[in-house]
Amino acid sequence: MASGGVYSRIDPMLKKRDDFEDMLEERRNSSDVKYALRCYSPVLYKGLSPCTPGELKASVLQSHQVLYIIGQVSRETGRASDEVVEEASAILEEMAHSQQLGTVRFFAFVLSKVFKSLFRSIRVNEEGLQRLQQTIQDHPVVLLPSHRSYMDFLLMSYILYTYDLTLPVIAAGMDFMGMKVVGEMLRMSGAFFIRRSFGGDRLYWAVFSEYVKTMLRVRTILFTGFLQNGFAPVEFFLEGTRSRTAKSLTPKLGLLNIVMDPYLKGEVFDISLMPVSISYERILEESLYARELLGVPKPKESTSGLFKARKILSEDYGSIHVYFGEPVSVRSLAEGRVDRSQFNLLPRHIPQRPGEEVVSLVNDSAYRLVRAQEENMVLQPWVLLASLLLQNHHSQQQKNHTEGATHHHSTQEQGLNPGITLEELTAQTTWLRDLSREYGAFLHWPEHTSPSDVVSSSLSLHRGLVSVCEGRVQLATEQAVGDPSSGAPPGPVSPEEKLLNRAVVVLSCASYRNQVLHVFLRPALLACAVHAASSTNKQDVFNSFSFLRNMFSNEFILCPGATVQDFEEACYLLVKTGALQVSQHEVLVTESGQRTVAFLTNMLDPFLQGYQVVCRFLCEEASESLTEKQFIPAVRKFIIKQLLAGRLRYTELLSSDLQKNALAALLRLGAVRKIKGVQPGTLQVDNLMVNSLEDTLGGKLHTQKAAVARL
Amino acid sequence: MATNSGNGGSDRQRVAQQRLRIIAGHLRRPEDGNSAILAAEECKGHVSEKTDASSEGKTVPRRRQEIMKWNGWGYSDSKFLFNKNGQAEFTGKRYRLSGMIIPALKDWFEGTFGANVHHKSPATPIVTSSAVQPPNLNEAFVEALKSTGIPFSIDAEDRLFRGHGHCLNEIFALREGKVGRVPDLVVWPNCHDDVLKIVELACKHNVCLIPYGGGTSVSSALECPPEETRSIVSLDTSQMLNESGYCTGHEPDSMEFSSLGGWVSTRASGMKKNVYGNIEDLVIHIKMVTPKGVIEKSCQGPRLSTGPDVHHFILGSEGTLGVVTEVTMKIRPLPEYQKYGSVVFPNFEMGVACLREVARQRCAPASIRLMDNTQFKFGHALKPQVSSLFTSFLDGLKTFYITKFKGFDPNRLCVATLLFEGGREKVLQHEKQVYDIAAKFGGLAAGEDNGQRGYMLTFVIAYLRDLGMDYYVIAESFETSVPWDRVLDICRNVKARIVYECKDKGVQFAPLSSCRVTQTYDSGACVYFYFAFNYRGLSDPVHTFEQVEHAAREEILANGGSLSHHHGVGKLRKKWMRDTVSTVGLGMLKSVKDYVDPDNIFGNRNLL
Repeated sequence: MASGGVYSRIDPMLKKRDDFEDMLEERRNSSDVKYALRCYSPVLYKGLSPCTPGELKASVLQSHQVLYIIGQVSRETGRASDEVVEEASAILEEMAHSQQLGTVRFFAFVLSKVFKSLFRSIRVNEEGLQRLQQTIQDHPVVLLPSHRSYMDFLLMSYILYTYDLTLPVIAAGMDFMGMKVVGEMLRMSGAFFIRRSFGGDRLYWAVFSEYVKTMLRVRTILFTGFLQNGFAPVEFFLEGTRSRTAKSLTPKLGLLNIVMDPYLKGEVFDISLMPVSISYERILEESLYARELLGVPKPKESTSGLFKARKILSEDYGSIHVYFGEPVSVRSLAEGRVDRSQFNLLPRHIPQRPGEEVVSLVNDSAYRLVRAQEENMVLQPWVLLASLLLQNHHSQQQKNHTEGATHHHSTQEQGLNPGITLEELTAQTTWLRDLSREYGAFLHWPEHTSPSDVVSSSLSLHRGLVSVCEGRVQLATEQAVGDPSSGAPPGPVSPEEKLLNRAVVVLSCASYRNQVLHVFLRPALLACAVHAASSTNKQDVFNSFSFLRNMFSNEFILCPGATVQDFEEACYLLVKTGALQVSQHEVLVTESGQRTVAFLTNMLDPFLQGYQVVCRFLCEEASESLTEKQFIPAVRKFIIKQLLAGRLRYTELLSSDLQKNALAALLRLGAVRKIKGVQPGTLQVDNLMVNSLEDTLGGKLHTQKAAVARL
Repeated sequence: MATNSGNGGSDRQRVAQQRLRIIAGHLRRPEDGNSAILAAEECKGHVSEKTDASSEGKTVPRRRQEIMKWNGWGYSDSKFLFNKNGQAEFTGKRYRLSGMIIPALKDWFEGTFGANVHHKSPATPIVTSSAVQPPNLNEAFVEALKSTGIPFSIDAEDRLFRGHGHCLNEIFALREGKVGRVPDLVVWPNCHDDVLKIVELACKHNVCLIPYGGGTSVSSALECPPEETRSIVSLDTSQMLNESGYCTGHEPDSMEFSSLGGWVSTRASGMKKNVYGNIEDLVIHIKMVTPKGVIEKSCQGPRLSTGPDVHHFILGSEGTLGVVTEVTMKIRPLPEYQKYGSVVFPNFEMGVACLREVARQRCAPASIRLMDNTQFKFGHALKPQVSSLFTSFLDGLKTFYITKFKGFDPNRLCVATLLFEGGREKVLQHEKQVYDIAAKFGGLAAGEDNGQRGYMLTFVIAYLRDLGMDYYVIAESFETSVPWDRVLDICRNVKARIVYECKDKGVQFAPLSSCRVTQTYDSGACVYFYFAFNYRGLSDPVHTFEQVEHAAREEILANGGSLSHHHGVGKLRKKWMRDTVSTVGLGMLKSVKDYVDPDNIFGNRNLL
């Protein structure tokens, strides 16, 4: 364990953040048609105008990089090189965007209408946009928004159009292409489409990476002599896909690697990466995500499906906050970490597997950027309410269970009123508001409004998830929450269906709680570690912390190799708020800190239990031939059984995200191995290790130094 | 644009003659009419003492201070200054620009650097002998040296002149009157045998020898190592040169002042290497005196397959192994015809593409250089006052044609200067070929005049730094060589790095950061970078400057550039040698040093 204080820490409360402006306000007061047709003349990178989509394609096909791979493929497969060129050209056709201003204007008009009816406001930090404008002129820019909704990328382009900034070209997954008309429309608004997986297809990789890199470079058109800018800003989602849980996803490194490459190879002086945090007060896909996590397969994206979604237009989705963060220079990220002269001896168009130092640079940068996204996510009071209501819900479930599973439908008759009084909830929320602020949360708490008004207005926006009855608030788990549009005939519902219906509400609610997790994550890990450690000895606590952190590094954004920093950060925050006393050798919970520590441990408890139950499943139920594919349905079945039997506390364990992450962690730790059995992806369980992990998670086994070392 | 070609012709002759005179200073007519000549004077016993300055063919006198600046570049009589009217002029009579008014320079200077002709930072006017530390003499050596009759001096000024090259920090310190360690004694051998005696005595008495050629080093190679405790003797080879009537075609920018021995021991490169080759291509035979004895080859065969070429231990040894006393070089007849030219390109990218194509077709003229937009503007600011209204009208017309009619952006266009040499017919044919290629890359011929002015600036640009230093502006140039596919990237990135570092290090004014491609090869090019900034408001400008220069070199290396194309390593770039040649490579060089000079008599500590 390294000593503390080697790096300076900025108090998160002092973090300076910009103010927001509502961009819909002007839209409500002036003509959308005029707005869509107004003069659009953004500032350009080095004053150079971008090439046309056609020129971009031609330039990619003629690049040394692509030609080299075409030659290689044709030599090795014996195919005529013309044929391979055709293939490359087809890949490019499938991928390339065809951005045109007309389509963008069309979207600007339609989206104005849609946004105005869906949202109360779209608030952006204009200072961030000014930073972006400056950066666009100096360096190629890569925009990295968080991804919580389909809306994200349309919203981004909409904002940039509104503020007269260069429109981004956006990397989108091929699934959008399924929507025929819309797919093409998106393409014309600047989306380019990439296959989700292309395994070892060298040609695809070459065309794709060259396509992205060309957009970041300045190029010369020979024989006319005009310089052209590529097509920056390029935009893509670090998380790779929409997060269904509102937790940030472990970043995908492929595209980030590609966009950093032109810097590493000296093709540009620098590249600016700009994290953008988009926070929705109410997510459009709320219950859709919950269903998906519960195993109701997500509807395939189709144009008709989109129109069915029309009904959501009549709902109120609160406001959106979009925060454009500080641009991060790739040059400064790489400073002292990558020796660029390693690329001196091989022509740069010959693909090279990135070396260890590049891999670790890209990885660390990705985590850093995702954390930057998290930090600037605006949190609504509702996320605090959701956290409290969930904890309240679970503690009551627990009480019910302890009183006997048979009675748990008749709580009211017993005089034990469900839920929590509004007053109590308001008081708790105020407490949590202050706590979260101390931990640096970017909380959007309306000023000049009484806490009780804030609470009731939040509750009313999310009335689908909560029920308020006789001044008591609880999760709306007892209501019929079946898909209202399906019009399913009311009839006897099985306990399993009932459970799943409840789970939809709980998971939706959890997705709001998840938004605040990053604020409390490190202190919560420490709180759990203190709870689980064999003694108050600081080293024991650290070992326990390190174990949990390692265990959960697929679940949360925890930068690899930053255990000591995270531990110190957690200590710092908990000491600052008076919850812990940390001396040279001891970590103690203070009297006044009990509440905080209890709240924090409760917050992580579902995850602890979730990972334990996955371990138990693997030890008890997993057959020899269980494959990765069968894992989710099997573990879901197991958990449903356990929940119905009252052996598990948290309905949210049904989240396939949690189950997947737990498996990924076990695979990473070597407790489970993927082997080529009868079927590919067969899981081989190391019973001893899984068992010991389960016990350690459950606090039955204390983390020994040895155990930590082994992990 | 064949304006005043008559004038140009006679000017050309004049310049050519002047050049010839200079080269002549380095060379001697061969006795047997061989194609190769001996450069060092035969030892004629002891020639009676002459006053060196009057001696024909010896370009630089023993007492350099008589004609040269002690704290700046070149001849004392030639310098830029802003006159009473605030106009720039170049004094003296030696150069084409001498005595001329340069009207646009002031505005360019003030505009580019945020400088002001009223804000002066004058140099210390004279060096006081007391500033120079008294010599640390090895009495026994001095006694023995006296008995040989070889001229030497312990005069403070003589010693001061040999203790520095022309790195910015060296000149800056001198201007402030600060003098560090300088050689303790200066000795002027006249011939090979003199050198033999000196080296022998140095070994016997354990004194440190530092060979000195023209003093134009820009690698801190002449700096006396501060850790050296022995007496340091500067071995000035400038008196060993003689006269000739041919040309070698080797014309480095410093050629008025640098020496043949210096060229050999730094692996120098000349502007016309495309026709004549670099120093390693020109040298037929070298004789060098080392502590272990004399190294030379037994014959003058044009190529030998006798193991690794021992010449290559000498070329670029930077005075660490011995003193080059005789060099046999190829010579060529003086070119029958010479023609300058220039091409304007819409942007630097096109210019580089054109140079690459010229290199690919192997039709590079004697010299082809591409300046970026910043230097193009700088060159414009250096146009001397035009004599007639008509010329200025023509200039206006040209500008109009290029920027308005051809649509060139004045802030992007750049210019290549050309110099053709050879038979008249061939030159004209060659010229056409090059202009045809240029046209494919959007290049427009822009006249002989622009080209010629470009080359003239080569010889005066070093004087300009002294002007800048009078007004809080410090400047330096450095070079590299780089493969063709990296040229554009390295130019862009290094220039941007300079700007970035200046800002980062607190420089208050935007720096000048500029480059040009000065040589083409089959596989790459030599690139020169220039940077300069106004240092007002900085507490330690030299330190800031060194940080920026260091960062720029790191950027060069990170972008596939070499540590040096021809300036050498010296002490300034030593720290990068291991990365440059690998540990084994460095070990090879070290083992040669250990064998040849185990007692580190040639102790300037360059290179390794």
